[in-house]
Amino acid sequence: MARELLKGNEAIAEAAVRAGLDAYFGYPITPQTELLEYLARRMPELGRAFVQAESEVAAINMVFGAACAGKRVMTSSSGPGMSLMQEGLSYIAGAELPAVVVDVMRGGPGLGNIAACQSDYFQVTRSAGHGDFRPLVLAPATVQEAIDLTQLAFDLAERYRMLVILLVDGNLGQMMEPAELPPFRDQGSVTAPWALSGAEGRAARLITSIYLQPEALERHNLALQAKLTVIAEREQRSAGMWLEDAELVVVAFGSAARVAQNAVEAARARGLAAGLFRPITLSPLPVRHLARLSPRARAFLVIEMNAGQMVDDVRLAIAGRAPVRFHGRMGGVELLPDEVLQAMHHTIGDIRVSGNGSRSFHREVR
Amino acid sequence: MTVEQCVYERPAALTAAHTHYCPGCTHGIAHRLTAEVLQELDVLGRAVGVASVGCSVFIYNYIACDFVSAAHGRAPAVATGLKRVLPDRVIFTYQGDGDLASIGLAEVLHAAARGEQITVIFINNAIYGMTGGQLAPTSPVGMVTSSSPGGRDPHLAGYPVRVCELVAQMEGAAYVARRSLHDPAEIRKAKKALRTAFECQLAGRGFALVELLSTCPTNWGMTPEQSLRWIEERMLPVFPPGEFRNVAASNVQR
Repeated sequence: MARELLKGNEAIAEAAVRAGLDAYFGYPITPQTELLEYLARRMPELGRAFVQAESEVAAINMVFGAACAGKRVMTSSSGPGMSLMQEGLSYIAGAELPAVVVDVMRGGPGLGNIAACQSDYFQVTRSAGHGDFRPLVLAPATVQEAIDLTQLAFDLAERYRMLVILLVDGNLGQMMEPAELPPFRDQGSVTAPWALSGAEGRAARLITSIYLQPEALERHNLALQAKLTVIAEREQRSAGMWLEDAELVVVAFGSAARVAQNAVEAARARGLAAGLFRPITLSPLPVRHLARLSPRARAFLVIEMNAGQMVDDVRLAIAGRAPVRFHGRMGGVELLPDEVLQAMHHTIGDIRVSGNGSRSFHREVR
Repeated sequence: MTVEQCVYERPAALTAAHTHYCPGCTHGIAHRLTAEVLQELDVLGRAVGVASVGCSVFIYNYIACDFVSAAHGRAPAVATGLKRVLPDRVIFTYQGDGDLASIGLAEVLHAAARGEQITVIFINNAIYGMTGGQLAPTSPVGMVTSSSPGGRDPHLAGYPVRVCELVAQMEGAAYVARRSLHDPAEIRKAKKALRTAFECQLAGRGFALVELLSTCPTNWGMTPEQSLRWIEERMLPVFPPGEFRNVAASNVQR
């Protein structure tokens, strides 16, 4: 396959099709709509299911229904629609169904705006619906990675029978970049041993999230938590650059990491021992990889396009072993490399003033 | 010599489990009719039921087919998801009035508008049963409930929603009927309506909904007998039985 100039939203849609997507249910919302529009044409063309639902509430429940049949199923939305989907996400989690949800983020709260933002971090990593559960969350930084992670999302959803959210910055959904699409995968005819298909020739099956007895519901929750522990063990993913000798580690996900990368490159050119750490899984956050950095790193700077959400998790991971600072922009205001660089200098300055800066952050420029 | 003849027995589609329903509740009758129809049409083995939130949430313990339990009011959306990926299976929902006519009104209307090939069984007993007897979207004016202690006052709580009349407006709806479970003659008509609703799905004619007027002696504060009379006296005038839509051929292109 050759590299093509692809738009983020459409690339995700085609990647899902090639991963064997059986059914898509969605509702229009900017900046996600191209995904729905693309699949409105593509799915019927391939004889697969597409429904524009009456609301995100209905869309996620259609996803729930099709997932019960053991089919590969997806929906996509943005912040306000994700809020409406919380109910269905919780039922999907409770019933342990594989499903992929794409959240192409916009600015909030409320109606907010349609500019690029990362303000749904808490919503997707913490509270994907009521109850005690966290979904798997993947955050791409490029159109190519969005394609790759879409395919991974289906694999993980099916491997663990769980909800996987692809968390995409609005600008990434809208931008065009050269990327390569994967070949078509077999849709496969293997029927999951739990899927509903009619009880002909076997005992009737039930998919539910109700466990009236407290002991039974606790057992169910313990099983869900055990699964999350396995996932945290196996599925932490991250990328990084210049981390081997980094004393200041900039932490950012999605498109914010690309801005941060520019700033880190500029800092390196000036001889600053800076590195970039980019979580690819936001849930589970790659805390093991982060913790490995903390003996050497003397400070962390978290950059986000929000008021500071992932920074809480980074602080928990670093557990006071080094100062963790934050810089972010809200409301869809574009984050620029210069301000990140400035925030890096402030972080270093603060640490020197506070007396922790006996070693120099600066290296010889080679 | 007497010849013993079995004139009626539990249909195999109905499990042997004792139901959790209160004495005099007509869910048992509605379950039996549904089971009989699934069996008589020979579709039990390819049926997938969608249970809703309310007293009938445990219907899967009583009808011997695959089931999924949906979120409150969302059964028609869940059924849509199932039917779109399993077009040759028989998909039905079983929902109460709080579930279908209040929180799930959008889902049922749009499923009807789309002409989804599903069968909706709608139990209307004019009250929220599982939560203990609150005002329902279908409570008649004047009805005393735990959340309308002075009786349903139209100035404060409006008027009952007539689901069949509403759904019958949808072009995608092929069969819409209201029947009652308060006497044997109506029960026979109810079974016929359920059968037509499932046949409608098998023929690909479109969306089908059957409303069944039902009792809730416990939350109505009545004996089973009084409850049956209350349907006749208080519900029939508000919710007249009948066929509200019966389209012979599919008007939905697939």
